[in-house]
Amino acid sequence: MVADERTPGSARTRVAVAGARAATESSFGRRGRADKAGNAVFVSILLVGLGAALAGLVGIILWAAVTGWPFLSTKLITNNPSTIDIANAGYRPAIVGTVYLISGVILLIVPLGVGSAIFLEEFADKTRWWNRLIELNIQNLAGVPSIVFGILGLGFIARGPLSLNFVVAAGSLTLALLVLPTVILAAREAIKSVPPSIREGSLALGATPWQTVRRQVLPAAIPGILTGVILAVSRAIGETAPLLLVGAATFVTFDPDFFSSRYSALPVQIFTYAGRPQEEFRILAAAGVIVMLAVVLVMNSLAIWLRNHYERKI
Amino acid sequence: MRLASNRLARLVALLMALTLVAAACGGGDEGTDLGTASGGDLSGSVNLDGSSTVGPLSEVAAELFMQENPGVQVSVAISGTGGGFEKFCQGETDGNNASREIKEEEVSLCEQRSIAYDNVQVANDALSAVVHPDFPLDCMTPDQLNQIWDEGSAVSAWGDVEGLDLPDDAATESVTLFGPGSDSGTFDFFTDAINGEEGRIRNDYTDIGEDDQAAVQGVSGDEWAMAYIPYSFVQEAGDSVKPLAIDDGGGCVEATLENVQSGDYTPLGRPLFLYASDTALARPEVVAFFDFYIENQAEIAEAAGYVPMNDEQAAAAQEQVATLAGA
Amino acid sequence: MTVGPDIAAPSPGVAVRRTLGAASPRYGEKAIMAVLAACAALSIAVTTAIVVTLVLPSIAFFREVPIGEFLTGTTWQPAFSNAAFGVLPIVVGTLMVTAIALVVAVPVGLCCAVYLSEYAGPRARKVIKPVLEILEGIPTVATGLFALLFLRPFAEDVLPFLPWGGLFSLLIAGIGVGLIIVPLVSSVADDALRAVPPGLREGAYALGGNKFKVTVRVVFPAALSGVIAAIVLGMSRAIGETMIVLIAAGGGNPNLSFDIFGSVQTMTAFIGRTATGDISQGTIKYDTIFAVGTLLFVMTLAINVVAIRLVRRFREVYE
Repeated sequence: MVADERTPGSARTRVAVAGARAATESSFGRRGRADKAGNAVFVSILLVGLGAALAGLVGIILWAAVTGWPFLSTKLITNNPSTIDIANAGYRPAIVGTVYLISGVILLIVPLGVGSAIFLEEFADKTRWWNRLIELNIQNLAGVPSIVFGILGLGFIARGPLSLNFVVAAGSLTLALLVLPTVILAAREAIKSVPPSIREGSLALGATPWQTVRRQVLPAAIPGILTGVILAVSRAIGETAPLLLVGAATFVTFDPDFFSSRYSALPVQIFTYAGRPQEEFRILAAAGVIVMLAVVLVMNSLAIWLRNHYERKI
Repeated sequence: MRLASNRLARLVALLMALTLVAAACGGGDEGTDLGTASGGDLSGSVNLDGSSTVGPLSEVAAELFMQENPGVQVSVAISGTGGGFEKFCQGETDGNNASREIKEEEVSLCEQRSIAYDNVQVANDALSAVVHPDFPLDCMTPDQLNQIWDEGSAVSAWGDVEGLDLPDDAATESVTLFGPGSDSGTFDFFTDAINGEEGRIRNDYTDIGEDDQAAVQGVSGDEWAMAYIPYSFVQEAGDSVKPLAIDDGGGCVEATLENVQSGDYTPLGRPLFLYASDTALARPEVVAFFDFYIENQAEIAEAAGYVPMNDEQAAAAQEQVATLAGA
Repeated sequence: MTVGPDIAAPSPGVAVRRTLGAASPRYGEKAIMAVLAACAALSIAVTTAIVVTLVLPSIAFFREVPIGEFLTGTTWQPAFSNAAFGVLPIVVGTLMVTAIALVVAVPVGLCCAVYLSEYAGPRARKVIKPVLEILEGIPTVATGLFALLFLRPFAEDVLPFLPWGGLFSLLIAGIGVGLIIVPLVSSVADDALRAVPPGLREGAYALGGNKFKVTVRVVFPAALSGVIAAIVLGMSRAIGETMIVLIAAGGGNPNLSFDIFGSVQTMTAFIGRTATGDISQGTIKYDTIFAVGTLLFVMTLAINVVAIRLVRRFREVYE
C-alpha cells in the first residue's frame, strides 16, 4: 500500500523512511543477539569518543595543577604581579581586568546576538538577497581568525572612528565582535528548533509577531541561546592575540577603569610569563592557568544555573 | 538530580562572589621592601610599550618605582618593538621599549606628529652562540659563525667549517641549528652582526618561533647543535648549555657581565633602549620615572637578568633625558 | 492597509472586521523590527571594516609583489634579506593542521553529541554537557602550553618509533586544535540531534528498529544539516586558531613541507608573530600581514559559501 505510492515531501523524509524501512527489515529473522552486540559495540565507541574529550580536559587540568603546584595559594588571587619577587606574585589586576572585559562582552553580545538571530529567523524574508548576504556574512565572520579582529580593533576601535584608546571598553568591543557570530549562530539554531505550531498558535490568538517572539519563542529558545552565550564567553575569556594588539598591558598593578586606564587580562599575562627565561615564571604561568580554569568554572556554573532554571521540555 | 546540580551551581556561584570580594579586598603587594624614600606625592600614569625583550626590564623598574611613588600608575605592554614605535610616535605611549634602534620608516611616523625622541639606553644585552656542554670547542670567531649561518651556507657537518680545531670523529657529525623567528629583534641583530646584513641567513635551520626556551632544550639534547639566544636565557639555562666565547681579533672573550658592560664582547653585545619623547617628558612623573630608571639601572638590570650599563653609558642616558625634558 | 476580501456586513449587531490586516499601524512593531534589522546589519559593518583594514594595505603590498608569485610560490621567507613571498608553505600548514584537527574533533565531537542526545539520561547530561563547556572555556594559551610541554614528550614516550623531529610537531599542534573544537562540534550537533522530533524516533522504534539503527539511520540523517553546520563551524574555528599553533607548532619551514612530525607555520601564527614582533610598520615585511589576512578571509569565505549550500540542501523542516 504505502510502498506503492510515491512518497511526497522532501528528500529528507524519503531518506528517513528508507532508513526506517531498512531498520525494520533487517531486524526480521533471528538477529536478536547480534543486535544487542551491535548496540553494545556502538555505545562503547560513543563512550570512547566521550572519554577522549574528557581525557583531554582532565589532562590539561592535571598538567596545569602539577606544574603550577609550587605557587598555588590564595596569593595568586590577592597579590599584584611582580618581576622581582616571583614567588609572591599574583594575578589580581589580571583577574579584575578579565572580569571587566567579560562583563562588557556579555552586555554587548546578548542584545546584539539575540536581536540579530531573531531578525534573521523570524522577520527576514529569506529569499531576499540582502538577508542571504547577512547570513553568509555572519557565518564567514565566525571563521575570521582572532588576530584579524585584533588588527580591526587597533584600527577602528582603539583608534580610528571610535578612538576609545587602549582601555577595557575597546578590548570588550573587540572581543564582542569576535564572538558575536557564535552567539548568533547558536541562537538561530535555538530559535529554529522551536516548533512553528507554537508561533502559529500565538498568532492565531491575536498576538503581534513581536509579542509572539517575546513571550513564546524566546523563552522556549533560552536554553539554546544560553548555550551559545556560554560558548562565546568561554572563547572570549581565553583570547590572547586580539588583546595584545588592542593594547592590553602585561604589567599593571592597579584596578582598571572601563574607559580611562590601561588594563591587563589573564590569558595575556599567562602567555607572557610562559615565554620568560626564568623557571619560576613558567610555574607561575601554569598556576595562572589554574586560576583561569577556576574563573571559567565559576562563570559557567552561573550560566548553567540560569539555563537549568529556564529549561523545560516543549 | 536537577536540585543537586542546581545547588552545586549555586555553591560555585557563591564561591565566585567570595573570590571577587577577596580579590577586591586583598590589595597589597607583599613583595620585598627595597627601602622606601619620600617622593610619594607624584601622581599620574606612565604607559610603556614595545619589545618583549626589554619589557621585563621595564617591569622591574616600574615595580621599584611604584614602591617609592605609589601615586603613579606605571603599565607595561608588549606589542613588539615595531608596534610599540607606532604607538609611541602617535603619542599614545610615554616610552618605547626597544631592542633595536628606530628605523627610517618609523622615524617618518614620529616626524609627522612632530614628536622629538631620543634613544635612551637602559641596559646591555648579549647574544650568545650556545652549544652542548660536551661540545669540544669553547671559542669561535665571527668568521666561523658566519660560515655556519650565512645565506647559502654549504656547511652541513662540523668538518665543513674552516679553521675549527675539532677532534677527528667530530668532523662528520652533522650541524643542527636552532634560531629565533625572523620577526624578532634577536634575529635582526644576529644576522646583521655575523652575516653583515639584516635578514641574511641560511634557510634550513629549525625556526623556534617565539620560544627561546625551545632553543635551550634543543641544544641541551643534541651534542652537535647550536643556537643563538639572549643573555637572560643563557643565565637561566645554567649548565644545560655552553655559551661560546667569541674571538673578534682580541682573543676569546666570554659573555660575562663585565665583558659585555665594558664593550669587549663584540660583535654580539647590543644596547637596549627605552625611547623617550619630549611630549611625554613634559610630565613630571615621566621624568621622575626615567631618572629613577637610569639611577637604579644596575639594580634593575640585575633583578631582571640583564647586563647593566657602564658609567659612561649611564651618564649619556641621563643627559639625553635631561635634554629632552628641558626642551 | 485594506487587504483581503471585502466582507459584506451580515446582520446588524455583529461586528465584522472588514479586512484581514492589522487593526492598528503597529509602529512599535516596526520600530522593534528596525532595531533588530540594525543588529543584523552590524555584521555587514564589521565585515566592511575588516575588508577596509585588510585590503587597503594589501593593495600596496601587491604593487611590490606580483600576486602570481604570492599565490604560487613555494618559499615563504619575507623577512630574510633574499626575501621570498610564496605563500603556499603557510597555506599548506594551515590546511594540514585543520585536517588533523578535524580528524580528531569530528569523530570525538559527534560521539559526544550522539551519546548526549540519544543515550545519556538527564542526570548524565546535566553533568557531561557542562564539563564539555569547561573544555571550551580553557584558554587556548593553556592548551598550547599543554600540547608543547606535555603532549609532545608524552607522544614521543608512547610512540618512540615515529620520526619525531625536534620539539615542535604539526601533529601535536593539530591534536591540540582538535581538542578545543570538540565542544563546539559536539554542542551544535547535539542541539541539532535534539531538535529531531521524538515522533520520528518513535516511529522507527515502532517499526522494529533497535536503538543503534534508529540513531544512525533515522535520527542522524534527519539532523544532517545541523551536523554539517557543526563541522563547518569547527573547521572555521580550526583555520582561525592562532595561539595553539603559535606556541606548539614552532616557526615552520620556509620551504613547502608535508612533514607532520616537524614544525609548521600556519597563516594565523605568521600574522600573530609578525604583528607582535619587532618588525617595523610600513615595510613590505609588515604588509605581508594584510596580504595573508586577506587570503585567509577569502579562503574562509569560499568554505562558508560551499557549506551554506550544503546545509540548505539537507535542511529538514519539521511539521
